[in-house]
Amino acid sequence: MSEQLLVDLGLLSLIAALAIAVIEVRSLFGAAMLAGIYSLVMALEWTTLHAVDVAFTEAAVGAGISTVLLIGALVHVGRDEKKPRRRVDLRGLVVVGITGAFLVYGTLDMPAFGDPQAPVHTHRAVRLVEQQVGKLPGGPGERHAAVENAADTAFEPTSVVGSDPLDLVDDFAGHVPNMVTSVLATYRGYDTMFETVVILIAGMSMMLLLQRRRKDVR
Amino acid sequence: MSLFATHANYWFAILIMMIGLYGIIAKRNLIKQAIALGIFQTGIFLFYVSMAVINGGTVPVWFLDEAGKKYAGPYDNPLPHCLMLTAIVVSVSVFAVAIAIIVNIKHAYGTIEEDEILNLEAEAAAGSEA
Amino acid sequence: MKEQLVLRVVAKCLIPPILIFGCYIITHGELSPGGGFQGGIVLASAFILHALIHGRATLHQAFPRNLWATIATIGALIFAGVGTYSLLRGGQFLDYGWIVPSHPAKGEPWGMTLVEYGVGLTVCSVMVLIYDMISEPAEDDPTVDEDSA
Repeated sequence: MSEQLLVDLGLLSLIAALAIAVIEVRSLFGAAMLAGIYSLVMALEWTTLHAVDVAFTEAAVGAGISTVLLIGALVHVGRDEKKPRRRVDLRGLVVVGITGAFLVYGTLDMPAFGDPQAPVHTHRAVRLVEQQVGKLPGGPGERHAAVENAADTAFEPTSVVGSDPLDLVDDFAGHVPNMVTSVLATYRGYDTMFETVVILIAGMSMMLLLQRRRKDVR
Repeated sequence: MSLFATHANYWFAILIMMIGLYGIIAKRNLIKQAIALGIFQTGIFLFYVSMAVINGGTVPVWFLDEAGKKYAGPYDNPLPHCLMLTAIVVSVSVFAVAIAIIVNIKHAYGTIEEDEILNLEAEAAAGSEA
Repeated sequence: MKEQLVLRVVAKCLIPPILIFGCYIITHGELSPGGGFQGGIVLASAFILHALIHGRATLHQAFPRNLWATIATIGALIFAGVGTYSLLRGGQFLDYGWIVPSHPAKGEPWGMTLVEYGVGLTVCSVMVLIYDMISEPAEDDPTVDEDSA
């Protein structure tokens, strides 16, 4: 077992323990704080798995916005949960255990963790990493390929930040260094656009749901 | 490598999913259920991002090594990262709207415990029929 | 909370760097880890910090609620507008190659940066809006003085 796997499993055990604590603690204020800690430890786990964009978003969203939202809600709602009748819900445990067993059985023929020959790494992802999707002859980006073959794209800084010599001069030739943002904005551009619309709808829903009805307005 | 070492990330992701699912099923407080839904979604993100890891791979951002050339070694797969970014932001939107609805339930019923709300609804239905 | 000296001074020192850092994350989203969502939330946290320290009334004086709603929709329209611009130039929707027609490979970073700014604006304004709506005092809360809330 390599060191990375040990760190990974240690963090995951901590995350599982925190998840159980968040569910079981009776004080809702404690649950809000523990949920913030859970998000921060989850951000550490993403960094261990080399997913830095996801870690950034999880830390900002989970430890920032979710905690503020929960504490704002607790002002309206009250700080403590009612004492449950039974400590452990047996029917819930049975349902969850059966579902978990089926899911574990389903993962038994998945490729090994980190296998470079897994199917997810060998088909479309290779062309995504090289940012060649749509740029091959016959595809929708045939204009791109025709211009890039004209050998005038060798050493050009292609960032919009500027063409100052101190910028990163590279031979990326029309592509951007951050592959995740490139996939997000080009290959999955429709997803990102409608995700922005989803956030907009969430904001509008909050405005509509939490409007204060002023007593002097009909 | 043992079966545990090659599949441990997936099993931990399933464990976290099941903890969240138990919270949704077994807890009566609506805010606890909303937090447990968030934990369930986190388990799913862990599952996808674990699929994107490559042994010896690095962060999916191009960089230049010491010779000034683009590092050609294996980069981690960027596609699951991108999908999970979208999913995290959608999850916080769902959480925000859920909290707004729970605050409105509190103002309407006076409580956010599920069994008390169901009792109040049953009494109101019985009272309107009688 | 504006009577607390330490909180006020630290917030005064921190809010401009937070705003600059948020814009940095959005702009450098294509060069380093970052992007529209992360930068938008960091930008929103600066406004939320100001509202926490100096009260929501000062935030409403400078940025009323309808302004945030307008900025959110403008952000989504920037995204759709970039796509429609390349549609009007004769290409496909959201094909960034048509933004600089002479050199399609240069259009890609331009398109991505514009789109990330649109996303960042929407996320920032929606997060501030969410905070503003959830921290409104309850209708019958006697302990809150409405004018200084």
